[in-house]
Amino acid sequence: MDRKIVIPGDLLSEDTRRSGEGTYVRNGKVYSLLYGIASFREKISVIPLAGKYLPAIGDNVIGVVKDITFSNWILDINSPYDGLLHISEFPKKIDVEDMSKYLRIGSSVMARVKDVDPAMKVELTLNDRRLGVIKTGRVVEISHTRVPRLIGKGGSMISMLKKELNCNIFVGQNGRIWVSGNEEDMDLALKTILLIEREAHTNGLTDRIVDYIKNARRARG
Amino acid sequence: MDERVFIKDGIRLDGRRFDELRPIKMEVGVLSRADGSCYMEMGDNKVIAAVYGPREVHPRHLQEVNRAIIRYRYNMASFSVEERRRPGPDRRSYELSKVSREALEPVILTSYFPKSVIDIFVEVLQADAGTRTAGINAASVALADAGIPMRSLVSSCAAGKVDGQIVLDPMKDEDNFGQADMPIAITPTGEITLLQMDGMMTRDEFRQAIELAKKGCQEIYRIQRKVLIDRYSQFEDLQDEGSRR
Repeated sequence: MDRKIVIPGDLLSEDTRRSGEGTYVRNGKVYSLLYGIASFREKISVIPLAGKYLPAIGDNVIGVVKDITFSNWILDINSPYDGLLHISEFPKKIDVEDMSKYLRIGSSVMARVKDVDPAMKVELTLNDRRLGVIKTGRVVEISHTRVPRLIGKGGSMISMLKKELNCNIFVGQNGRIWVSGNEEDMDLALKTILLIEREAHTNGLTDRIVDYIKNARRARG
Repeated sequence: MDERVFIKDGIRLDGRRFDELRPIKMEVGVLSRADGSCYMEMGDNKVIAAVYGPREVHPRHLQEVNRAIIRYRYNMASFSVEERRRPGPDRRSYELSKVSREALEPVILTSYFPKSVIDIFVEVLQADAGTRTAGINAASVALADAGIPMRSLVSSCAAGKVDGQIVLDPMKDEDNFGQADMPIAITPTGEITLLQMDGMMTRDEFRQAIELAKKGCQEIYRIQRKVLIDRYSQFEDLQDEGSRR
């Protein structure tokens, strides 16, 4: 088996070159830093079973506006750290007085993490075709540790879902997922995403999900 | 001088031998609102540990610019002892909170979470000598449950001197009427993160007590590890391979 459950301090390897994410090196050996699933490829990494989302540059996230300051929106991104969206990163050129008109407190956005500095100041941007203020569809929140499973190896799971569910899907690395489609398809999409969250650690999940979706459609008639 | 006998023919008041721990029961993830939690029974001790974080620090002035701070609150419920205990922290709680926090800080990688706090709460529901050790054991597991990066778990238990003999894991009467009580906490690699003593021991007795307590901690570590691994039983066949050191 190339995967197994480990706890902090478990010995993973005597080859320090194989130390990947979620591991540390001590006295020439590699140990686990986390309670999670260790995967033994060229690099050994441990994916946590729980934990807080830590923003990284390039991550897609869904944020909720919680405050507006002079030239920044401050967003809750489901992390110990808030996201800052500067007015210059808004897709349209607007004045500071109009900020709350275009994006008010309580609204959600699909954003990307532009920068994270060592003091954990998180800068977001909306400057991209696929990003923007959320006006339609629904957002569901799962544990961010399950997002890699939702995306799948090389995007295999998420491509299958977009096709089979007939929905637009935006996956935030912070565990928030946006879906858009007709009412019935969105219902099924949300149920499917929650099912993947529950069974993320099991084997053969992708095939089971395909069956689940096909059965649900058949039952609907 | 006490006329009471605590050890007769190598058997203690509760039927244990000198090197036996009291029965232990542990359960992970018992509080759905907490980020991590653990309920533990060690003999008649019942404690529950809850971990919240890393999260924003309030009040802000406590935050550290390049790491997370750890807050540990040890508290005994009013009903945890026979004579009702007035609620709220007392000097003993402050001391136990401080030493317990210091027992766990060396293993937690706080530099991963600047400007945040990891809150650990340990509530004693029933006390029978050894509550601080039970608290540390439960807190370790709760921290792992919360996904906090750590070098390893920390395991804790006490050794005592009763009727002139060194025994493992003293219960209430042994602690109250014994000659010494020594709680310790160690990492699986044998590094001591907590060491306290009440009473008197000779150098030799002290060495014996450390060795005995270390063995007890190793047994507790196996239980802590098992309760975390068993939670995801799909991986049953791979459980035993992780603990080589």
